[in-house]
Amino acid sequence: MKKVIERSMIVPNMHLLEIEAPEIATKVRPGQFVIVIPVEEGERIPLSIADYDTEKGTISIVFMEVGASTSALACLKAGDEVATCVGPLGNETTIPSSENVLLVGGCYGIGSLYPVAKELKKKGNRVSTLLEARSSYLIYWQNRFIPLSERIYTITRDGSLGTKGHISRLPDVINSMPEKPDRIIVNGCTYLMAHTSEITKELGIPVVVNLNPIMIDGTGMCGVCRVTVSGQTKFACVDGPEFDGHNIDWKEFLARRKAYMTEEALFFRKSDARFAHKEGKCAWHE
Amino acid sequence: MNDEKTQEKTSKMDLNRRAMPHQPPMIRRNNFDEVALGYTEELARAEASRCLQCKKPRCVTGCPVEIDIPGFIACVKKGDFAAGIKKIKEKNCLPSVSGRVCPQESQCESKCILLNKGGEIAIGRIERFLADWEAKQGKVDLPKKAKPTGKKVAIVGSGPAGLTVAGDLILLGHEVTIFEALHKAGGVLIYGIPEFRLPKAIVARELDYLKSLGVKVYTDFVVGKTRSIDELLEEFDAIFVGTGAGLPWFMSIPGENLNGVYSANEYLTRMNLMKGYLAPRSATPVKKHVKVAVVGGGNVAMDSARTALRMGASESHIVYRRSHAELPARAEEAENAEEEGVIFDLLTLPLRYIGDENGWIKEIECIKMELGEPDASGRRTPVEKPGSNFRMPIDAVVVAIGNSPNPLVPATTPGLDTTKRGTLVADPETGKTTRGRVWAGGDIVTGAATVILAMGAGRKAARAMQEYLTTGKQ
Ligand SMILES: Cc1cc2nc3c(=O)[nH]c(=O)nc-3n(C[C@H](O)[C@H](O)[C@H](O)COP(=O)(O)OP(=O)(O)OC[C@H]3O[C@@H](n4cnc5c(N)ncnc54)[C@H](O)[C@@H]3O)c2cc1C
Ligand SMILES: Cc1cc2nc3c(=O)[nH]c(=O)nc-3n(C[C@H](O)[C@H](O)[C@H](O)COP(=O)(O)OP(=O)(O)OC[C@H]3O[C@@H](n4cnc5c(N)ncnc54)[C@H](O)[C@@H]3O)c2cc1C
Ligand code: SF4
Ligand code: FES
Repeated sequence: MKKVIERSMIVPNMHLLEIEAPEIATKVRPGQFVIVIPVEEGERIPLSIADYDTEKGTISIVFMEVGASTSALACLKAGDEVATCVGPLGNETTIPSSENVLLVGGCYGIGSLYPVAKELKKKGNRVSTLLEARSSYLIYWQNRFIPLSERIYTITRDGSLGTKGHISRLPDVINSMPEKPDRIIVNGCTYLMAHTSEITKELGIPVVVNLNPIMIDGTGMCGVCRVTVSGQTKFACVDGPEFDGHNIDWKEFLARRKAYMTEEALFFRKSDARFAHKEGKCAWHE
Repeated sequence: MNDEKTQEKTSKMDLNRRAMPHQPPMIRRNNFDEVALGYTEELARAEASRCLQCKKPRCVTGCPVEIDIPGFIACVKKGDFAAGIKKIKEKNCLPSVSGRVCPQESQCESKCILLNKGGEIAIGRIERFLADWEAKQGKVDLPKKAKPTGKKVAIVGSGPAGLTVAGDLILLGHEVTIFEALHKAGGVLIYGIPEFRLPKAIVARELDYLKSLGVKVYTDFVVGKTRSIDELLEEFDAIFVGTGAGLPWFMSIPGENLNGVYSANEYLTRMNLMKGYLAPRSATPVKKHVKVAVVGGGNVAMDSARTALRMGASESHIVYRRSHAELPARAEEAENAEEEGVIFDLLTLPLRYIGDENGWIKEIECIKMELGEPDASGRRTPVEKPGSNFRMPIDAVVVAIGNSPNPLVPATTPGLDTTKRGTLVADPETGKTTRGRVWAGGDIVTGAATVILAMGAGRKAARAMQEYLTTGKQ
């Protein structure tokens, strides 16, 4: 049982969750994640750590409400508890020194890149940040990245902010930069990471992704998180989650990511009202 | 003269090994309730009465923890069950578990003098009866604890090895804290062995007992991540590492990462720990499979194949590369699996997995094997029969070919030496590792083995740790 300090919606469907977990807050490094069980007998879901406060003993997570477990989390309020929050898991993101680094963040990845940006800056790197979303109103934490970045770029699908279009416009953004980045670090949905890796192959820029496969234990025990990297099987939870995006078998990864789509949707529909939001109110808490 | 005496004895001998009641196979293959129902009082006493009470009991030499077997059996014969269970508990703190999962046929029962007459005593069943009898009595009397010593012990991992150390050291007056990575304590007993073979209520009861003695249990704590062994050593006087052998092996054959190919750890964890057997009411999703193939022939493979049947598979296969005689599973489990309708494809080796356009497995290509010369372990090595390749249509594969220790703790602990197999280097008599104040035992030292060996190792380590905690000698 871990106490919830705060839970709020930062942009539609995207929530910030602050949990009291001093043993994790004092240990976590950028790029690591926790596994959370929202309620007793719930599912174990991996979530990246987007911020932490060593003194307060808390960690923060940015999550998108996509299914049953994240909906349960979206119902939480200050003072509630989550059944499990264990970590910090996985390896930390490799932080170079004195490099020119482009961060690409979308979805929850904007949040999980924040500690990475801080650490990069601390180690004397020059950081540029590219935030990607469907529309400008879905972009968050821009203010947090401003003091850490030399430049901030945005791509929105509807063109409401920055470059109009998909992540496929990334080469345009890179061409507009005063110098080509030495490496790109991408966090966010699978689509964003896979495409960024594909596009940058021709540009000859190394790309680092934080993979998000299905996980159970997060300690190397079950092997559900396996991914093929340079022809070899790796367990993302212990060998990653950071990998070289150019070496990942993305076709396999995408297929594995989708393995339980039908069952998840089914459970979401069948699960009793406790997880469901009713007319903007949370049936579980009110 | 001597001959006559033996003959006289033999003629009076009761060689009727009492069967234990079971759920009928065609019923139990559809539910997750325990398969074996246990002896009744009458059956237990009848079985106990067959024991010859040998002066030099050979069964005891077959028990890794040297339980006074004729001793507890004599108590059952008399009907003094309380004395019987006490005798077992002198050596074995989890009899309700070992009575169910020990491979008795290759341990105590294989040494019984009545074996060659075909009527070895069902020692495991009597042990199980006593443990269950005790549980039925309701509240167990808590043994007296020694005066607090002020010493603090950390135990990493809550499998049978860790639980044994905890149980022993708490009684000696030390402060004992267990750290467990998962959200439930119990190790393989909780996440691996299915409900129908070891009801989780039994494991929960053992844990409650330890907690009532004052053992603190921290779940959701990954040693090597949340805190390192070095950090724990700052706070604790001694540490026991019992992290088991939780890293699943794959065969490195083509198609192993297709959807529908699981490690046995994943499959069983999904079903047991994550309550997948309650699907679709479980939060953790599980797939419905029609034809399942389990690769391997040990207990883990049997558990997976039998779980698949219970999850509604119409066919569940064991694909094993040697013959029936070499199956490493407990004989009783292989038998139970066969009765329930698991199909045994013996002398068969998978070569590759073939997927459909969406990345799901649809077929296995296998090859037939034959047994060749015996290898170093004395088992005959299977060799491929050229040209015998064939394909098996299947929609799920569970790979149950073995586990090795998880490298997390050794990799994050300088000075904690490992062998080439990834197991910890530890003194077999004391469990002492190459790090000061750190002991280890169970699967992390031996590689995947058995519950009773893990408990035995825990007991030895506890003794050595007690020695250190009281005298400072390690
Ligand atoms: C190392 C790691 C770190 C992660 N960090 C975060 C994080 O910081 N914030 C966060 O919101 N999520 C993160 N995820 C993803 C997160 O674990 C899933 O979103 C979560 O498990 C969904 O659970 P659910 O029960 O709510 O939805 P489910 O019912 O399990 O899923 C609903 C549907 O959404 C799809 N889906 C779920 N998540 C994603 C995704 N990320 N991208 C594309 N499709 C998806 C599923 O395939 C499914 O079809 C991370 C995953 C990993 C492995
Ligand atoms: C499916 C299956 C069926 C089996 N059937 C039988 C049987 O019938 N009979 C039999 O005798 N044996 C059987 N075995 C083997 C037996 O279960 C093991 O030999 C025994 O459990 C080993 O005990 P242990 O205490 O060493 O480790 P485990 O039981 O493996 O427990 C280790 C614990 O440590 C935890 N842990 C690991 N790493 C960390 C970490 N870094 N920090 C904190 N905690 C950690 C794990 O989560 C786990 O809970 C079976 C095994 C399996 C998998
Ligand atoms: S613990 Fe196992 S080996 Fe020992 S007597 Fe009991 S059943 Fe036999
Ligand atoms: S999540 Fe189980 S091994 Fe990675």
